[in-house]
Amino acid sequence: MAKVVSLAVLLGLWALVAWLAQSQLLPSPISVGEMIITDTRSGELPFQMACTLARVVAAFAIAFTLGVAGGYIMGRSKLVDRYADPWLVVLLNLPALVIIIFAYIWIGLNETAAIVAVALNKLPNVIVVTREGARSLDPALDEMAQAFRFTRQSKLRNVVLPQLAPYLAAVSRSGLSIIWKIVLVVELLGRPNGVGFVLGSSFSLFDMTRILSYAISFVALMLAIETFLVQPLERRTNRWRRNAA
Amino acid sequence: MNDARTAGAATPLEIRIDSKTYVSAEGKPVEVIRDLRLQLDAFSFGALIGPSGCGKTTILHIAAGLDPDFTGERRIPGRGRLGMVFQEPRLLPWRTVADNLRLVLSPGESLDKLDGLIETLGLGAHLSHYPGELSLGLARRVAIARAFAVRPDFLLLDEPFVSLDVAVAARLREELTTLTQRERVTTLLVTHDLNDAIQLADKLFFLSTRPASVAVEMTLPPPRGARSKAMIDEIAGQVGARVPAYMPETMRA
Repeated sequence: MAKVVSLAVLLGLWALVAWLAQSQLLPSPISVGEMIITDTRSGELPFQMACTLARVVAAFAIAFTLGVAGGYIMGRSKLVDRYADPWLVVLLNLPALVIIIFAYIWIGLNETAAIVAVALNKLPNVIVVTREGARSLDPALDEMAQAFRFTRQSKLRNVVLPQLAPYLAAVSRSGLSIIWKIVLVVELLGRPNGVGFVLGSSFSLFDMTRILSYAISFVALMLAIETFLVQPLERRTNRWRRNAA
Repeated sequence: MNDARTAGAATPLEIRIDSKTYVSAEGKPVEVIRDLRLQLDAFSFGALIGPSGCGKTTILHIAAGLDPDFTGERRIPGRGRLGMVFQEPRLLPWRTVADNLRLVLSPGESLDKLDGLIETLGLGAHLSHYPGELSLGLARRVAIARAFAVRPDFLLLDEPFVSLDVAVAARLREELTTLTQRERVTTLLVTHDLNDAIQLADKLFFLSTRPASVAVEMTLPPPRGARSKAMIDEIAGQVGARVPAYMPETMRA
């Protein structure tokens, strides 16, 4: 309820300021809403959002898979950690823009470069968090699994993954929000479609109505994914904690 | 009792540890066990008794095959299927009691097979609970059920009665006696409590201080598990006379 009121107040403020300013640079919520409807009907908005979402999903899948594997190995093996850690530090401190430029120059202005660039930006963060999780695995449960001769697969599923779950959930949440922001930059710099591309071309035309309608639509989409996909998943994995003493 | 498994399982449990050292925090090697020999007849119940910190758990880990870093030899009965009850129950907190038990069964085996076990240990009402919802006594029972669920050839118990109140511990001792006799499993119990040991075991092994070895070995008269108070006191008296002076007061009863 508080959320609804708070958002309504924000919308009201926006409408008031837009009415006072009477400027093309701040369109009213109504004209933005109208554009969202027109562009949804024409198919333009869903198409651009789908392009962006596909990149988000692909980059996320790559960063998550490689990052979890790498982070787990680094968390479990001191030797690997000692050698791989400096690379990780370099990657962590490389600005997103630099990685994007490198990818476009070395791989070319194509889809692969775009997705690689985004995945590489997210990768070090996934590694760092997963490594932390792997380091905190309970050796007592490890021993138990060994004594009862758990198969490798069963151990991974029943002993390791549940312990990593809170770390992986944190990574997915922060990951999704970081990734979609970087995807927009990648699209702005070198893709002929997607929300980032639309924002770039609208910027050169000073088309604030379009910028606002696309930005708001995409934020709404990401919020919906967070609320209806990520959060329920997190609740499910944490079910056992509910009544824990 | 004429299948190969039972025939093979009639071999004794033998642990010989010539030496076990670990490297201390200062980088110096410390010998914790030297010339230790344990032999336990098939289907009998041995108790390893010693003060805390004398290396009991280390011996148990070596017996379990969890610690290969020692010189010596380890011979285990039958197929070598191990059931183990750790000092802390070590259940998977994110799995229900039923799932914790199911996980150690062979693929294709159903939980129904454990009905008798579950009944003996009084776990029937708790199968859908998560370990975090159980008392320590109940969690220990689940850990014991898990150890028996694998139909072990040998069973290792690490202080299973520690931090339980008197009544709960007494009931658990009875249940353990029932189960070890019914399932015919060679069992090694590690404890610091002489009374627990006398009540449950056929054979007592008293450990010396570091580097640990077996200082005194005693075979107890049958029947185990059904010893009267008077019998227990008498055995405790004999122990008091034989166990060397370096054992702490509680060990000499």
